[in-house]
Formats: sequence, structure tokens, C-alpha cells
Amino acid sequence: MLRLEKRAQPDRRLALASPVLAVLATIVAGGLLFAFLGKNPFIAIGTIFWEPLFGEFAFYYRPQLLVKGAPLILIAIGLSLGFRAGIWNIGAEGQYIMGALFGAGAGLAFYPAESPLIFPLMIVAGAFGGFLWAMIPAILKVRFGTNEILVSLMLVYVAEQFLASMSLGLLKNPEGFGFPGSRNLQQYASAHNAEIIAGTGMHWGVVFAFIAVIFAYALLNRHMLGFHIRLTGEAPRAARFAGVNPPRLILFCLGTSGALAGLAGMFEASGPAGVVSIDFNVGYGFTAIIVAFLGRLHPIGILLAGFLMALTYIGGEIAQSNLGLPAAAIQVFQGMLLFFLLAADLLTNFRIRRAVPEAA
Amino acid sequence: MATPLIDIRGLTKAYPGVVANDDISFAIAPGEVHALLGENGAGKSTLVKMIYGLVRPDSGAMTLSGAPFAPSQPREARESGVAMVFQHFSLFDALNVAENIALGMETPPKMRDLARRIREISHEYGLPLDPDRTVGDLSAGERQRVEIVRCLLQDPKLLIMDEPTSVLTPQEVDILFQTLRQLSAEGTSILYISHKLEEIRALCDEATILRLGKVVGTCVPRDTTARDMAEMMVGTALTPPARAGQAPGDVALEVDGLSLRSPSQFGTSLKDLRFTVRQGEILGIGGVAGNGQDELLGALSGELRAARDAVRLAGAPIGHLGPEARRKRGLLTAPEERLGHAAAPDMSLMENALLTGAARKTLAPRGLINWRGARVFAEDIIARFDVRTPGPLSAARALSGGNLQKFVIGREVLQAPEVLVVNQPTWGVDAAAAAAIRQALLDLAKNGAAILCISQDLDELMEIADRFGALNEGRLSEIRPAAGLTVKEIGLMMGGAHGMEVAHAEA
Repeated sequence: MLRLEKRAQPDRRLALASPVLAVLATIVAGGLLFAFLGKNPFIAIGTIFWEPLFGEFAFYYRPQLLVKGAPLILIAIGLSLGFRAGIWNIGAEGQYIMGALFGAGAGLAFYPAESPLIFPLMIVAGAFGGFLWAMIPAILKVRFGTNEILVSLMLVYVAEQFLASMSLGLLKNPEGFGFPGSRNLQQYASAHNAEIIAGTGMHWGVVFAFIAVIFAYALLNRHMLGFHIRLTGEAPRAARFAGVNPPRLILFCLGTSGALAGLAGMFEASGPAGVVSIDFNVGYGFTAIIVAFLGRLHPIGILLAGFLMALTYIGGEIAQSNLGLPAAAIQVFQGMLLFFLLAADLLTNFRIRRAVPEAA
Repeated sequence: MATPLIDIRGLTKAYPGVVANDDISFAIAPGEVHALLGENGAGKSTLVKMIYGLVRPDSGAMTLSGAPFAPSQPREARESGVAMVFQHFSLFDALNVAENIALGMETPPKMRDLARRIREISHEYGLPLDPDRTVGDLSAGERQRVEIVRCLLQDPKLLIMDEPTSVLTPQEVDILFQTLRQLSAEGTSILYISHKLEEIRALCDEATILRLGKVVGTCVPRDTTARDMAEMMVGTALTPPARAGQAPGDVALEVDGLSLRSPSQFGTSLKDLRFTVRQGEILGIGGVAGNGQDELLGALSGELRAARDAVRLAGAPIGHLGPEARRKRGLLTAPEERLGHAAAPDMSLMENALLTGAARKTLAPRGLINWRGARVFAEDIIARFDVRTPGPLSAARALSGGNLQKFVIGREVLQAPEVLVVNQPTWGVDAAAAAAIRQALLDLAKNGAAILCISQDLDELMEIADRFGALNEGRLSEIRPAAGLTVKEIGLMMGGAHGMEVAHAEA
């Protein structure tokens, strides 16, 4: 019989090593999975991790890393603040959609006028859209004690319906020949979130993602508010004793994560995607949850985890088209990463011992 | 002595890094009340768990009435006639007394028969108990009766009692002792675990004293002074706290008509409390656990908000303010629960120093944390309060209870409070640490701070308090000067026998 025994102190070396262990375990288990599917596991793993960075078409894929990584990082940073405090925003996908709608809507309201003020306004509107959507579970929780996990998750589906309605109605491109989506913002100079340096994938969303990382790092390590966030997550009663006002913290954490998710949506709609359409959202809001945990809820960790996750996305697509791996297999592969991480996490706080049969 | 009831020979039990019991030997005669005395961590619990079959010894042997005795689980121990009343009750609030007792039996009889047996036994031993009452409505003393009656139904030869009086008023203690004496007279042996020396002197025939897992002495408690026993227990001479009588100054804290609904379903609401604490004075608040102590601390720390004028600090109303605002004005508090309330278990001592020290030690000017300052503050606490730890980066949960308590009390004392409120400042702390903490409180009062000490340890309150009051079901008794109070008066202030009738009177 094996049993778990709590360590007196969390093992710091293991805490740092566990993401690496998780990645290695995922590669092994994923390789086995691909082998069972009749693919050469070494080629499949190589395609996912090697091809996007150093392969023949790396010049195309490398910028994609920033494009796909930025929204993940931006959303995950926001989520991590709440997760640290035990406030579970599962609905970033919905806040992402609302941010895109508000941002694109604010821009398109001025079409076809050109002004340098339009893009900044869209940024504010996008953040506000996500913030507003996150305030619904926040206020319901503070006022009525509802469960923010359920409410925020349910609001994802409401947001999706809202997106469909907008794509087919108010925001629909009048010159779009019935296409269920908005005008292409890439063709509207004042609203276009263009690459800052052409060919690098570096758009404003990437800049904001890096700023968010720095901001979160400073908040958690240098500021009393960040200390209170961590304290609330680790010992809620001690946090109240220290003087933390729980409702304020809930509003702050949900509001911030909503605003960042909204920003991510807005940058995506006005940049890489170009349009808000009926199938605009691709799951960044959910994947960001994995990114947040894979990054140990630590800003620097999230930065690295975001790029790793983006890599598996891009590599996974290549593996799908080149090797014919099913999309579901790639999703399982990504899911395993979180699974193994949580398993490795356990070992930082517990050690495994052989149980000596002693007490009943 | 004829064949002892239980004979313990060379019991040893080691855990990784510590020998909990090292070659322990003693014997208990039939009908003897035997005290097991020792500080926290001396190995009392491990020893008792071995007798009760919860833990298996590494070496050594026991005999029960002359026959080898090696229970591998509590059921075996119970079948051999060993029963135990635990310090923490394992009762279900929503069930009634008879149902709770039936749950602990291998083959419970019919409910009606069981109820009758409970009535009989409980009257026979002067512990009246109504089998149909819901346990959730019982007082702590009555719950203990349920546990005792549960044991007596097994007709035990050896009854183990672990710190039974910590939840009782002095009157209730008297009732319990009469019951135990009656049991002993009928031939039941009792192993009585406690660190309350006067009780042991009043009740026990023999005492075995443990320190750091070893037997360091035996004595006949009636013929030994409490002081001698304490010194055997601790291993060094104890210096009682020195206190200098001084005239109290101005009113520092005034509580005037404080009523508060408890946020917890099983909590106790506070009902119209009124008292004042002056500068340089220690007010002791006694009472059995669960009579509103936590709520009073919460109302004073600011975790629970009260009416604006119900709490006044140096004349200014603060009842509506939160913890940080009160700290800034000089009202500091130290709650009972160290891990999870006074300190965050997984955070370092440096971070825990920041937890309450941010405002008064200006460790976070304009919200930006000065970690160097927090570290210096933590190191200061560690040095001045003799906290045994590798350093300020250790996690709070890695400290022993006594060391963490010294840290928690030191953290507040070193912030130079105007008013300090502490709840159970020496709960679960070894005698040396307890003496250091009491001395720190006395020194703080000497320098002009007003101190409110909530405690269930009456000896502690009599030692340090100038005036004394007791909480009983959320109400505060009259406040009286501590000097000259008799145990009986204190007991009545705590609510007497809590309405539990004394059946011994007619028996």
C-alpha cells in the first residue's frame, strides 16, 4: 500500500521542476497515444515541437507563436489573479467574445471616418466589454452569494448567442454578400490592429500581454493588494483578520480578468482575425485556464506556458494536415499536459510513502 | 499491590525524527486513579493511543489483569474492558443522545432498551442525561456526559480520560470528580491525563510524569506540591511572572452595549456586553469554550462589524471600522486559532509579519511592500520572543504550536499597541513558552497598554488579570477585581453548573 504524507514545507525544487516533468510525461504518454493511432511517435512529437520553430516553414510559423500566444497569456494573467485568491472565473471565453464585440462595435460605429483616436477608443471599449461581462458573476456573488464558476461558465453560452445575433444583425457587413460577420477591420486603417513590425506577428495585443505580465508580477510581489490576493487564497480567515474586504477582492479579480479577456478578444478581432463572425471564438478563454495552471499561476510561468501552449496549437495543426492525426488526439495531448501537471503538483506538497500497516 | 490491572513494561514508539515514547513503564492497580502528567509533546497521547489500540508500539509489552494485552485496534481494546473519553468529542449534532451512543456500538440493542439503560447508568453515576435530546442542543459539559455514559455502558475496567475538564466550569468539574471517585470505589481504574496540577492533587492516587517521551518521575500527588510537579514536568525551575501593582490610567477601550449576531450557525451571539479596560490594566475574560469568545474577539478585531458606538477606543467610536483602520489607531488583536487565522500556514514568517504589521510598522507605504523591512521585523520578533525556527523564510506551519504562538503574540506586542486583545494566548503551549508569553503581556501592561485577555485557563487569568469577568452564553458577568475571588465565585460567574443538576446531592 502506498499513501501520501504531507510535507512540512512545500519542496521548492519540485515546484519548479513539476512543469518540466509534466511536459516530459505528456511527450511520453502522447507518443504512446500517437503510436496506438498508427503514427510514428517520434515524427509526430517532432512535428508538434520542432516543425513550428525550426522546420522548413518556420518563417511562417514563428510569428504565429506570438499571435496565438498573446491572447492566451493576456487571458491567463487575468485568470491567475482570481485563481490565486480562490475566485474561479471559468467564463473568460465569454468575456473574450464580449470584448471583441464591444471593441469592433466601437470601431465600426465610426466607419468610414478615419481618426487616430478610434483605435485607443476600441481598446477601452474592448476592455470595458469584458469587464462588464465579468461583473455579472461578480456582483451576483457579492450580493447573493451565487457560485461564480457556474454563472461565469453559463454566460459563455449567452455570449455566444449574442455573438451570433450580432454577426447576423447589427454588426453584419452590409457589403458581405450574406457572410455572417462584420466588416473586415484589417481594411479599415483606423481600426486595424496591424503588426507593429511587419512579418513578426508583433501586434498591440502582444505588447499588452507583456505589459500584463510585468504588471501582474509587480502586483503580486511588491504590492499590498497582491499580497492580500495570495493571502485570501491560502488562508481566507487570516485574510479577513488582516483586513481584506472579500467583496472588493472579488470585484477586483473578476473585473481585471474580464477586462484582460476583453482586451484579448478586441485585439484578435481587429488584428489576426479581422472580423467578428459567428465562429469567431476558438477556445482561447478555456485554454487559458490550462495556461494559468501550467504557469503555476506565476506571471513568468504563464508567459512561458502561453508560448508552449501556442506551440502545441501550431504544431498540432501541422501534425493534423501533414500526418493526418485527428484533431481530438491533439486536444487529448493538450489536456494531458494539465493532467500531468496536477499530478506532479501533488508531489510538491506531499511525499509518497509505503504505508506500514499499523493503525486501523 | 496485588496483580495490577494494567502493567506497562518498556513501551517504545518512534516516529521519523522523534522518539515519542522511550521505554515507558508503570502499572495501575484496580480501582486506582492514575494521573499521566506532562507538557504538550511529552508523549501522553502516543502512550494512550497504544493502550487504546490506535497505535502499535515498536517494542515493550502490556498485561491486562495478568494476561498479555496487545490490542491492534480500538475494538479489541474495548472488548478487553478499556474505554476512552477523548478531548474532542465525536458526536453528531443532528442526532439525539441514544442514537449517538448506538452508532458507537458493535451490536446496538433496541432503541427503547438502550434509552432505558442510558437513563439507569447516568443516574447511577450522578450524570443525568436525557437520551431523547438532540446533541446539538447540549452544552459542552453535557456532551462530555454522553461520551462518558457511552464508555460506562461497556462496563469498563480501565477508563482513560484525556483532559476532561478543559470544557467544564468548576462546578461541573466537581460533579465529574464525584462520578470518577464513585467509579474508582467500585473498582474501575482510571487513567487521567491532564496538565492541571491542582485537579490531579485533588483526584489522583498516583502520578506518572512524562517529559520528552520518558518517564521522569512518579509521585503521590496528595503529598507533592503543585510547584514540585510542575518542575518535574518542565525540567527546570519555573519563575512565576512578576507583576508590579500600579494604578490604572485612563479608559483605553470601552465596550458599551455590544450586541452581535454570530455569523456562524453554531456560534454564540453576543448580548449587550459592557466593560472598560484602562491603560496599564489587564482585564481577564473567562468562560467555557463556545460562550462567545470568538465572537468577542471578532467584534474587537474588526472582522465583525458592530454598531459605531458599541466599541470606543480612547473615546472615539470604532465599532464600524475594519481591522486595518483599528490597527492604525492602536487596537491590536491575536486570535485563538494560530494556523489559518492569526497566521497563514503556507506563508513564510516574513510574510506573516507583514500580515498585521503593515500599517503600524509602515511596511507598505502607498501600498508598495518593503520586504526588507518585513524581514527585519520578523527577525526582530524571532530574536526578542525566542522563536525557535531556522529563520524568517520558514513557513508558519513548520513551527511548533508554542513557537508560532510566541511569534503571533510577539508580532502584536512589538507593534506597541494602545490596546491588545488576546484570545487563549497560551493554549496548547508548553509551560516555558506560556510563562514567557504571560510575562510579555504583563510587561506590556506595565508600559501603559490596556490588555484584554480572553482565556479558558482560569489559573492563567488569576495569575495575570487585575479584574475578571466571565462570558456565559454570550452574556458577560459582572466584572470584579481578580484578587480575592474564590473558585466558587468564579464558577458561578461562568454560569455555575450550566443548568446541569447535581444528582450526587441526593445520591
